[in-house]
Amino acid sequence: MKSYNRISEIQADLQSGHISCLDLVRSYLENIRLNSHLNAFLEVWEEEALRRAAQTDENIRAGKMQKLSGVVIALKDVLAYKNHKVSASSKILEGFESLYSATAVQRLEDAGAIFIGRTNCDEFAMGASNENSAFGPVLNAADETRVPGGSSGGSAVAVQAGMCHVALGTDTGGSIRQPASFTGVYGLKPTYGAVSRWGLLAYASSFDQIGSFCRSVEDIEWIYNCIAGPDDQDSTVSVNHKTLPFEKGSGKYHFAVMEEAIHHPGLNEDVRSMIKTAIANLEKAGHRVSYFRFPLLEYMVPAYYVITTAEASSNLSRYSGLLYGKRSTAAVDLESTFVASRTEGFGTEVKRRIMLGTFVLSSDYYDAYYKKALQVRALIRQKTLEILDGCDAILIPTTSSPAFKIGEKAKDPIAMYLADLFTVQANLAGVPAISVPFGKSSENLPMGLQLITGLFEEQKLFALSETLMSVAE
Amino acid sequence: MQRGECHRNKLVLQRFMEFEAVIGLEIHVQLSTKSKAFSADSTEYGGMPNTQVSPISLGHPGTLPRHNQKAVEQAIKMGLALHCDIRRVNHYSRKNYFYADLPKGYQITQFDTPICNNGFVKIKTSAGTKNIGLIRIHMEEDTGKSMHDQDLHDSLLDFNRAGTPLIEVVTLPEITNGDEAYAFVSEVRRLVRYLDICDGNMEEGSLRCDANVSIRPVGTTEFGTKVEVKNMNSISNVKRAIDFEIQRQTELILSGGLVVGETRGFNGLQGTTFSMRKKEMINDYRYFPEPDLPPMHVTDEFLESVRAGMPELPETLYERFTKSYQLSEYDAGVLTDDKATALYFEELAKISGNYKASANWVSVNIRGYLNENGIELSQFPLSHSKIAELIVQVEKGVLSHSAAAQKLFPAMVENPDESAAGLIEKLGLAQNTDGDFIENLVNEVLAKYPEKVAEYKSGKSGLLGLFVGEVMKASKGKAEPKKTNEILLQKLG
Repeated sequence: MKSYNRISEIQADLQSGHISCLDLVRSYLENIRLNSHLNAFLEVWEEEALRRAAQTDENIRAGKMQKLSGVVIALKDVLAYKNHKVSASSKILEGFESLYSATAVQRLEDAGAIFIGRTNCDEFAMGASNENSAFGPVLNAADETRVPGGSSGGSAVAVQAGMCHVALGTDTGGSIRQPASFTGVYGLKPTYGAVSRWGLLAYASSFDQIGSFCRSVEDIEWIYNCIAGPDDQDSTVSVNHKTLPFEKGSGKYHFAVMEEAIHHPGLNEDVRSMIKTAIANLEKAGHRVSYFRFPLLEYMVPAYYVITTAEASSNLSRYSGLLYGKRSTAAVDLESTFVASRTEGFGTEVKRRIMLGTFVLSSDYYDAYYKKALQVRALIRQKTLEILDGCDAILIPTTSSPAFKIGEKAKDPIAMYLADLFTVQANLAGVPAISVPFGKSSENLPMGLQLITGLFEEQKLFALSETLMSVAE
Repeated sequence: MQRGECHRNKLVLQRFMEFEAVIGLEIHVQLSTKSKAFSADSTEYGGMPNTQVSPISLGHPGTLPRHNQKAVEQAIKMGLALHCDIRRVNHYSRKNYFYADLPKGYQITQFDTPICNNGFVKIKTSAGTKNIGLIRIHMEEDTGKSMHDQDLHDSLLDFNRAGTPLIEVVTLPEITNGDEAYAFVSEVRRLVRYLDICDGNMEEGSLRCDANVSIRPVGTTEFGTKVEVKNMNSISNVKRAIDFEIQRQTELILSGGLVVGETRGFNGLQGTTFSMRKKEMINDYRYFPEPDLPPMHVTDEFLESVRAGMPELPETLYERFTKSYQLSEYDAGVLTDDKATALYFEELAKISGNYKASANWVSVNIRGYLNENGIELSQFPLSHSKIAELIVQVEKGVLSHSAAAQKLFPAMVENPDESAAGLIEKLGLAQNTDGDFIENLVNEVLAKYPEKVAEYKSGKSGLLGLFVGEVMKASKGKAEPKKTNEILLQKLG
């Protein structure tokens, strides 16, 4: 089976009868089998996918091609899909099946997509390497000794290794863009409030967004248009704002580059030369590149971790062993049900973040940490929007280095947290950002460049991504 | 000075001291919206356990709250009725703690931006009227219910109530005794019923009251250590618990002890409070802004539409009943005690045109009937127009008031579809105004009591009543009293 980069190509071949959807699904299933050692999937819905593929073939023969007919999608294991297991890669949700579907999942299903399985991730989306899953790490298909990034590592690898066409992920501080960059695929984090979070197992509610991994910008846009938009179930999905239209105009754009990022001492040399190449190529093609200073850079990761852990400590209180999921066999009364179930059910990183969050919200430290972090966030948001007002997009590496080795940072949580250095800005500010694959490192590892635009400027983001790709070649 | 002596002196000093109580109340009002505060689940009381739950009420992974505009409207109504300032930008917060009946591990509530601030409630006690100031009214969601006595081995949980909208009314510490607390809770209950935002039923828990009680020597301004009293499931228990607690704290201090900051429960059987938990064990609730709900704005239009939809409140009705309708303060008080009675009365008075008689029929006869039968006005079988027919018949002199009250009224209740006139006819209740009929009876009576007639004539005019009564008895209540009087006076010359 040919390897497709675009939904439009798949649908053209399905329409012409060149391929059948059944064969297409079989080829993904075959790739899943061949790559099972990458540990990308926690569960494969083989029978259902085949059944739905047969139905899709029938529909196409009857002239009923839907927007996502023939599009095979994997779901990160933090998205609810009715009557299917969902575990956030945690033992605490052992045996749990969702009674309903996430809005994004429902919209994809209604548009004719086929779900092939749920993908491995860091437990409750907390991590940057996919090493925090209760079901083992995911391996990067580009180099199996390396991490795929996280937290949506399974979704990234599923698209990277052709185990599905598209995968949904979630991005709280870089959990889509960072693994996209590590695996050489496209990854979008939409504007906060653009895609409903209904059915997304929350890590940090004021940051989490659902987005996709794809093999082209065209598909990123295609999927975004299917899942974005107002939803009664999520009051934080803006009903007043919708994605702003974008006129391509002259096709010459203004990119702003953060000085602190390209001069950062921790920046890998391959990454540094990649962004320099991008800048040079953009200028050569007639685009404008300017530089700005952002002294708040060093406060981004601390502010991000204070607020996200605070929200997480509360969001994860519902996993108590009482109503669903794992209940410890050591539970003898209410207190031990809570304590033992949570002690056994959660992994180390989740516990660390619950404790951090509980600490920063406690009455003695609230002002010193949580409140201050909210102020920092407001400042970062304001400064970021100011910069975006003066340019078309911010251009910044997605990550400071290509994929690192499995185990390399596992013992050093601070080093791991710094993996989010360039990605948390978009989440703190709520603006959309995309990671576009851009060249290979000296070790032949994928690298990604990140573009950030203003609130609800996804259409502009897609247009500028195409521009960026055009100078990559 | 010896130590013992010092202690004795202190006691002597304290004996001369008088204490005053400082009491603040927190009243939880369960709102009567059809659906829950943050989901579409039904809020109806009394359903089979765990039948009014959705993934949202159960805090399933991935679910999100969405706020119920009706609950906001009801909270604002309460605020307007209690003269509060209404906040235009409202934030929700999370109150975090672990308990079995709290599915999400946090309760959505309002922390630093309550929907209403300030305001007051006017109360009446035997000591007069007084305004009790309010600190705030905020919105929040209720928890589920734990039941520890339904099963031999396990505690059982019912989440039907989880997520039901509540408002919490918090007073300033301006209440000084059980009587005032009684009056305050009664007034709040009356208002929520008028506003139709809560059934006010304390037994079922739709209205719940906690009291913070402390005492201090009269004349001092510093607050004493406060004790929170819970589990008072009736208004009279609120009064009993507070009075007991004041007594307990006073005796404790007088005997040289110290009041401990704690939460106490109330034992209704013994009329005493008991320690539930000490303050040191109180949670740090880690309040923070609820990220799943954007700020809720109360617009001018919305506020005005709520204001326009406010029903008349008892104070307004009382004014009208005493001033325009010329009713006594007592009657007006009884009639405005609850909304249904007040509305029934107004409607009846409008149809019958007789305010005084309408007030009497409602406050004496109808209320008496309801009390005897233990039913609500809504279950009373007779419409206003039926009672109006009855009033008109008495007014026209067709039958006596006592015949109407004792015979016609019960008959109408039994036969709510028949007209008053029809039943008067059927039961033969019409008074007899026929002169000959009455004259014959008068003659009989006067003939029966010659000595009394003599006494009357010699000046004992008070005996007239006896003769009237005898005529009435002989006529089986049918002789028209005015005519009977006339004829008697004429005969007795």
